Amino acid sequence: MLISEKQALTERVGMLVQKYGNSRSALIPILQDIQHNFKYITDFEQQEVARLLDIHPVEVYSVISFYSFLSSKQRGKNIVRLCQSISCELEGKEKVAKAIERELGIKFGETTKDKKFTLEYTNCMGMCDQSPAMMVNEKVYSKLTPEKAVQILKEVK
Amino acid sequence: MEDKNKNRVPLGQKPHIVEKPKDPSAIGGSITVEINEKKVTVPMGTTILEACRENQIHIPTLCYHDDLCFAGVCRLCVVEVEGMPTLAASCSYPITAPIKIKTSTPKVRRARKHVIDLMLSEHYGECYSCIRNNNCELQALAKEYGVTDYTFGHIEKKRYEIDDSSFSIIRDLDKCVLCKRCVRTCIDLQEVGVLEAIGRGHETHIGTFLDKQLADVICINCGQCINRCPTGALHEKEITQDIWSAIDDPTKHVVIQTAPSPRAAIGEEFGLEPGHSMTFKMNTALKRIGFDAVFDTNFTADLTIIEEGTELLLRLYKALVNKDESVKLPQFTSCSPGWVKYLEHFYPEYVGHLSSAKSPQQMFGALLKTYYAKKLKLDPSKIVSCAVMPCSAKKFECNRPEMNDSGYQDVDYGLTTRELAKMIKEAGIHLPEMPDSHFDNPFGDASGAGLIFGVTGGVMEAAIRSVIEFITGDKAEEVFDGMNVMPVRGFEGIKYAEIKIDHVGPVPDLIKHLVPNWDWVKGATLKVAVVHGTANAKKVMDDIKAGGKFSQCHFIEFMACPGGCLGGGGQPIPTNEEIRKKRAEAIYAEDAGLELRKSHENPHIIQTYKEFLTDGPCGHTAHKLLHTHYTVRGKYIA
Amino acid sequence: MMENKIERKGQVLFSGYKYGEGIKKALKLSREDILFELKESKLRGRGGAGFPTSTKWMLTAATIDPDKYLICNADEGEPGTFKDRVLLLEYPAMVFDGMVIGAYTIGAKFGIVYLRGEYKYMLPDLEAHLEKMRKDNYLGEKILGKDGFDFDIEIRLGSGAYVCGEETALIESLEGSRGEARNRPPFPVNRGYMGKPSSVNNVETFANIPFIVLKGGKWYNKLGTEKSTGTKLFSVSGDCEKPGVYELPWGTKVSELLEIVGAKNTKAVQVGGASGICIPKSQFDRMLAYEDLATGGSVKIFNENRNMLEVLKNFMEFFVEESCGQCVPCRIGNVKLLEGTKMLLKGEFTFEYINKLKELGRTMKIASKCGLGQSSPNPFLSILENFKDEVFNQGWRNNGR
Repeated sequence: MLISEKQALTERVGMLVQKYGNSRSALIPILQDIQHNFKYITDFEQQEVARLLDIHPVEVYSVISFYSFLSSKQRGKNIVRLCQSISCELEGKEKVAKAIERELGIKFGETTKDKKFTLEYTNCMGMCDQSPAMMVNEKVYSKLTPEKAVQILKEVK
Repeated sequence: MEDKNKNRVPLGQKPHIVEKPKDPSAIGGSITVEINEKKVTVPMGTTILEACRENQIHIPTLCYHDDLCFAGVCRLCVVEVEGMPTLAASCSYPITAPIKIKTSTPKVRRARKHVIDLMLSEHYGECYSCIRNNNCELQALAKEYGVTDYTFGHIEKKRYEIDDSSFSIIRDLDKCVLCKRCVRTCIDLQEVGVLEAIGRGHETHIGTFLDKQLADVICINCGQCINRCPTGALHEKEITQDIWSAIDDPTKHVVIQTAPSPRAAIGEEFGLEPGHSMTFKMNTALKRIGFDAVFDTNFTADLTIIEEGTELLLRLYKALVNKDESVKLPQFTSCSPGWVKYLEHFYPEYVGHLSSAKSPQQMFGALLKTYYAKKLKLDPSKIVSCAVMPCSAKKFECNRPEMNDSGYQDVDYGLTTRELAKMIKEAGIHLPEMPDSHFDNPFGDASGAGLIFGVTGGVMEAAIRSVIEFITGDKAEEVFDGMNVMPVRGFEGIKYAEIKIDHVGPVPDLIKHLVPNWDWVKGATLKVAVVHGTANAKKVMDDIKAGGKFSQCHFIEFMACPGGCLGGGGQPIPTNEEIRKKRAEAIYAEDAGLELRKSHENPHIIQTYKEFLTDGPCGHTAHKLLHTHYTVRGKYIA
Repeated sequence: MMENKIERKGQVLFSGYKYGEGIKKALKLSREDILFELKESKLRGRGGAGFPTSTKWMLTAATIDPDKYLICNADEGEPGTFKDRVLLLEYPAMVFDGMVIGAYTIGAKFGIVYLRGEYKYMLPDLEAHLEKMRKDNYLGEKILGKDGFDFDIEIRLGSGAYVCGEETALIESLEGSRGEARNRPPFPVNRGYMGKPSSVNNVETFANIPFIVLKGGKWYNKLGTEKSTGTKLFSVSGDCEKPGVYELPWGTKVSELLEIVGAKNTKAVQVGGASGICIPKSQFDRMLAYEDLATGGSVKIFNENRNMLEVLKNFMEFFVEESCGQCVPCRIGNVKLLEGTKMLLKGEFTFEYINKLKELGRTMKIASKCGLGQSSPNPFLSILENFKDEVFNQGWRNNGR
């Protein structure tokens, strides 16, 4: 990483610490903020957060690894999360999954080459009365059919 | 040591304890509970486990460790508490009400057996091929609960690769039972913060930052995690085979130096109670194993005192008389390689404070392949220099690239007390039965000052014994009752002492020439501190950074491990404060029984300066061979 | 994209509520009066565990610490549960007013809503509502002129971990750690968020509070049954005509509910979400109440065409992933139960081993550290018990034996 890039990251993390505070309880809000804007938290950012919160980098990494919605590895610009819990499973999640995989040309757990999409399964998102459901970034889509899902992704593109 | 539950801990495992009353006999200070239908009275806030132990009721534990805060994750210590729908983890249940406890009901026994069965189902490997065979808590539990088969199957494929990147510590996650003792050790007890639980659910494992290898993170190699690991998931990198090969090679001259702490603990590996000093029996055993010569690291501990003490006096002179502001004070000890690496990582701007004197191990290494080789007319390339240490970090230290001032790697192999015990056993020797024998010349037996290097406060005490005599001319035994410098003894995490120097005596020739005159010392107060465990080191370093009391010190002894070297990461397992205290007692008792108890009076030291280090302490030769430099490492990982 | 189908309105939550009403009334009462009404109402926690709310609040109120926290558990993650989503989207006033009343009652200065990450889309509306409350002085300093009553609410987001619905894991998460449950005691009411006394209550519990304050504990406890008073929101999903949220009095029979939601050919009902229990037709006359089928509100309906082992497999996969992984019974136990389920699916099992797994399940229920591991064996145990023929014979059929 270039020094100027590092400086920019340091500044950004510093601003987040100003915004959310430097206590440990600010850790997850800070990580969520970075995750929201950049889709993953870089190694360097993790260490900067650790430094400013006076905790160990491994604690930051540990927390990131615990939560499904935080990532320490690069993700696509859009994160597609298909619910795999019981209602969605029974209401045809599998067909939707196949259609999405075909549309994006990747499997679940992968990111498209152009870094536009990452595809993941997630557990129940509270849409069991309207399953199958998926989230694209923070937006929820319900009562999916394979066609509908593909259409949604096309619009996101 | 301070209350283990008050340290900074991983927040995920905060000890949610109830503070015990100061006076249990006061009204409301105690409480009566029923354990297995027997009434017992305990202080408020006592845990069920403590209450049971005090009443001779055995409860199996695994994640619990005397030195560490609670975790309550293994669920082995569960008991029934009347009225509770679920079982309670006795290790972390503080008693605050008159509860009724049952420790061995069918439900409890079944739950414990299930926990063991589940752990075994994911515990890869066979006991006979494990480094911890016969000293494994999981194995002992399996025996205790009559495990004869794998109820829930047994993992057949390795899930993780062994991490053997470090010179000191090997991690074999397939044997890990996720008790998190290492996490609590690393983050809480030692404040190094290399290990944490990574991932979630069944994927949870103990890992480092970004799951990197141990060699690539800021591990200080202290090995405290090894000492507390209940299984073989963490252990030192063994080098016994290499040493056997060297011994078996007739062209090699294999020598070994033995540090003061292993001898105070190695008896434990042979079934003795902690607190037996095995110095001279160990010498015999080492010779029978086939080492060509056995030396006492205390010799170079004595040498360290001269070099480091001289360095301190020089720094003080430059700072106080020359008003040289570039002089770094307080001076920090540099014998503990775990501490040195801790400082290099966490407070790199302070490496200038470290004494440039090498650790006793490395001084010896440098002398063996120069002075000793010359004296005995040996080809230094044929000398294999071994060191038995209580320490896992010594393995890293001897592999530091700068540690080859003799023209060769100064120390070839650092082996732990545990490894040496293994070699002794493999040679068919039962250590306690050995006759005594002395250390070999030309270094001979060393002083008690060198010996007490093994206990926290020992380096400081040894230094004070010599420095006081150097400067005042007063005999140390007259200044300190029985020559025991009590203010720097004891297991308190951070100790502070002041020594007033009211007169200057005849300064001995050895160092007299170093400064034009010595009057400046008169009336000075020497301020010193002793710190053990890197968590305590952090407190002191932060205080120094903030310009607090410790920044005014002249000399501070730091040891990475709790209790000092005797609690090192290479010592026999298990460890706890009681064991460490017994080891300390053994060392102090041996020192008290010695004639020679001051480093500068060691005749072999005097001879070495006369014959070899002819330009004296901190002189040219000494500087080349006995001093070193440090690396500014920092915390960032690329 | 989303619809909030409230399929049946009952006598409490969906009976109509005017924003701020409950707070106004509450502030005219003393804290003791509110606690009295609450005790009288016999309201029990709506998250599933059913702990008496009055006891929780009394314990928190009784602590002397000046800094207390009131936490709203909006980490609704139980598969099959979505009533909190509907409440927060449609009736945030009830929930937040309930929190203000709670804060007044226990003496809390700080309120936190732990909203699951999946519900982040609600954030703008919820924040707007809180802003409105601040303007109207329902939040802030000296609420409605009441001296010494300062209280505000902050919304914190989860990050995708089911276990954070467990109250101590939730607190850990708020403090910036992994969502790993704590040892108990001490309980959060004595030592919770930041070591301060904290009361953690479910969204729906809070929504009930204004009604109890307005209409009295007596009125409330006449609804429902002896031990389960009031009404309950049921999140109904699965094989029925009208999935959605239903407000029904406690004590409603499963068969009655099936009738209301238009379920046909029902083979099984999973009560209480993935961690609940699965009952067969023969038990449909059981009632939904703490004294019989306790539930956080999820009712999942399976018709004759569903394969209960496939259902079970899905549940167990869920728990293997969502266990926090700290304690042995839950981390490894769930894996063993999942493996057992797969054996049954393949027909490659011995009864002896399956019985051992059942025993293991019973151990997990009492030896796990938190509610997750203590309830995750429920579907395994109940499906194996209640659907013996299907469970033990289908693998053989699948194998063509």
